Amino acid sequence: MALPTYASPLERIWHWAYLVICGLIFFFLIAPIVVIIPLSFNAEPYFTFTEKMRSFDPEGYSLRWYRSLLTFGMQNPDATGTAFWADTWANAKWVNAAKNSIIIGFFSTILATFLGTLAALGLSRPEMPFRRPIMAIMISPMIVPLIITATGMFFFYSNPCSMLTVFGHSGQCGRLAGTYLGVILAHATLGIPFVIITVTATLVGFDQSLNRASASLGASPRRTFFKITMPLILPGVISGALFAFVTSFDEVVAVLFIAGPDQQTIPRQMWNGIREQISPAILAVATILVLFSIALLTTVEMLRRRSERLRGLTPQ
Amino acid sequence: MAQALDPHAAIATTASGVETDDGPLRTADGMPLARALARSQTQARRRAFLLVLPLLAFVMITFVVPIGQMLQRSFYNDGFSANMPQVSEWFAATEPGTEPGEDGWAALAADLQASAEARTIGVVGTRINYDVPGTRSLFTSTGRKVRDGIEPPYREALLEIDEEWGDPVLWGAMRQASTPLTTNFYLASVDRTRAPDGSIEQVDPRQRVYVMLFMRTFWLSALITGLTFLLGFPIAHLLATLPTRKSNLLMILVLLPFWTSLLVRTTSWMVLLQQQGVINDILVWLGVIGNGGRLQMIYNQAGTIIAMTHILLPFMILPLYSVMRTINPSYVRAARSLGATSWTAFRRVYFPQTLPGLGAGALLVFILAVGYYITPALVGGSSGQLISNMIAMHMTDTLNWSMAAALAAILLGSVLLLYWIYDRLVGIDNLKLG
Repeated sequence: MALPTYASPLERIWHWAYLVICGLIFFFLIAPIVVIIPLSFNAEPYFTFTEKMRSFDPEGYSLRWYRSLLTFGMQNPDATGTAFWADTWANAKWVNAAKNSIIIGFFSTILATFLGTLAALGLSRPEMPFRRPIMAIMISPMIVPLIITATGMFFFYSNPCSMLTVFGHSGQCGRLAGTYLGVILAHATLGIPFVIITVTATLVGFDQSLNRASASLGASPRRTFFKITMPLILPGVISGALFAFVTSFDEVVAVLFIAGPDQQTIPRQMWNGIREQISPAILAVATILVLFSIALLTTVEMLRRRSERLRGLTPQ
Repeated sequence: MAQALDPHAAIATTASGVETDDGPLRTADGMPLARALARSQTQARRRAFLLVLPLLAFVMITFVVPIGQMLQRSFYNDGFSANMPQVSEWFAATEPGTEPGEDGWAALAADLQASAEARTIGVVGTRINYDVPGTRSLFTSTGRKVRDGIEPPYREALLEIDEEWGDPVLWGAMRQASTPLTTNFYLASVDRTRAPDGSIEQVDPRQRVYVMLFMRTFWLSALITGLTFLLGFPIAHLLATLPTRKSNLLMILVLLPFWTSLLVRTTSWMVLLQQQGVINDILVWLGVIGNGGRLQMIYNQAGTIIAMTHILLPFMILPLYSVMRTINPSYVRAARSLGATSWTAFRRVYFPQTLPGLGAGALLVFILAVGYYITPALVGGSSGQLISNMIAMHMTDTLNWSMAAALAAILLGSVLLLYWIYDRLVGIDNLKLG
């Protein structure tokens, strides 16, 4: 980006102006995320920096909103010791929401990653028929507006057998709406495109002759897959899985439409909090989520570099 | 993979045997080579397809078919016809516009009674209520009265219960609802309605909301796409031209928002933009505005635009960046050495090469923006609502599911059209994440 020596003064001015503009845009990108972190330690129930916070007075800061995450919904918030933690674990709304988010995220990720990886392996084979339309269908959950997906799912999960009436079935068989299974299936559907995209991207640079070499040395297809293919595509699979997990962890529209009161997740709890009465407790949750996404981002970046190194894409 | 190797092995064996055999090339076990090859290719195709099949079935069952079923509601509603069979038959047998005779009234009364007993009268009333607002209670209250029997003459009996039964508009609506297939919800989605005589007319000016909402959705999406381009282009260019080490570091600033929860980012904007929020505080502190003149930047269109631009910006930067990284800097240098000013070199040489990334980013941002729901719902107020919010409202508040389905069908149609263009221009295989 260094300026050439023959640059005219006007170009020099423009160059520096350009760097300043870029700095401002980076500020626009990152400031809204960073600003909530100090605000979540606000001692007052305001969304702005109070006088005391600005003068770095310790009294202006407190952990009360983090504590409220543990106590909100508890039967007896004044308990101490083990009783406090037992009560928190069983009753606190945010803790329950976190449990639900993790359970739903975990299982939907497993399902999406398993099905998505299999399909990506098939789609990357040169002999795959109807490759383009099938790929388009599988990516579509990412493209179709969430509200449409959620609406369709609302009817489907309320009565999953309704599509069987074509085959003469009565069209009645319980419901998936308001169950964990329903939400897990819905989130798996939404996570699948991410797994497909990341795994097929890893397979693009995959050297098929490695598989042939393995086969010619006498390995069975299964052994070839687990010993040769799998270790090479693993970074792509893991980052696909992380994408799927984040999708589920951050999803609120489908949850609003198909989950019952038992499946309160963190985003839904946030949604309720924001719509009803927004308190700095939301900022405490947001701060935790930001730290969580930093951890995820780091993992994905490391995986991506490892994958590129393994496939020899970047000569470093 | 071992089986896939067979044809090659077979060629080798047969090739050595060609000298002694005058027939076509054969494999070791005597099969003509062409057939063996075709068979093994079919097998490979089948194997690839079998890998994809479980997911394809899963996506079909949990995604494609449910959306199809939902869309069916936009043109198919048997709420009236299924529960009012006799009067529906009477409508089928008579010409549109016929004054109902005693046979028509009798059919109506019998159906109302049966439907009230089966407790489906609410469904019937709801269906007619979509076309003639305020009639749901007419059906339910009449249902309560006729449940225990009704005496002929039916016309007088029903008119005595409620004068409104004589309204030709009501009979027109019932005639339209007597067949389950209807285009009324699509007409309503473009602010049109069907007059009693069957002609199509615009609705009352005060009720024309949907066309305006569609226009607003597309206009705001285009504006947000333009803003992400203006903000994303310099950033992508900087990242693409810096040395790898520095650009990787700065890339984190783009990827962190991308990985941060949507709700978190929306919340931060609420915190920043509200009247007692950080930005207004800073402006007051700087003396740009007085304490009384705090800006209203949220719960209106401005809030939607600012928050969505921020949220969608990475989707513009990432495709632009991946294209810009491949642009050879010597082209611009060549242009400069041939006497172009830096502006001309940028405009005529550099910018055209970024168009693939620009197209990909712009389409992606536009597609995502058109269907946005959460952010407008939280920060949009009433002037920043998009069509998705209207669909959600019909789903959860007014419970007019057919209307929601019709609006969803139009929105989905436009998104799929853009998706198709995206696939044509960019190819979905080239979609990259982070």
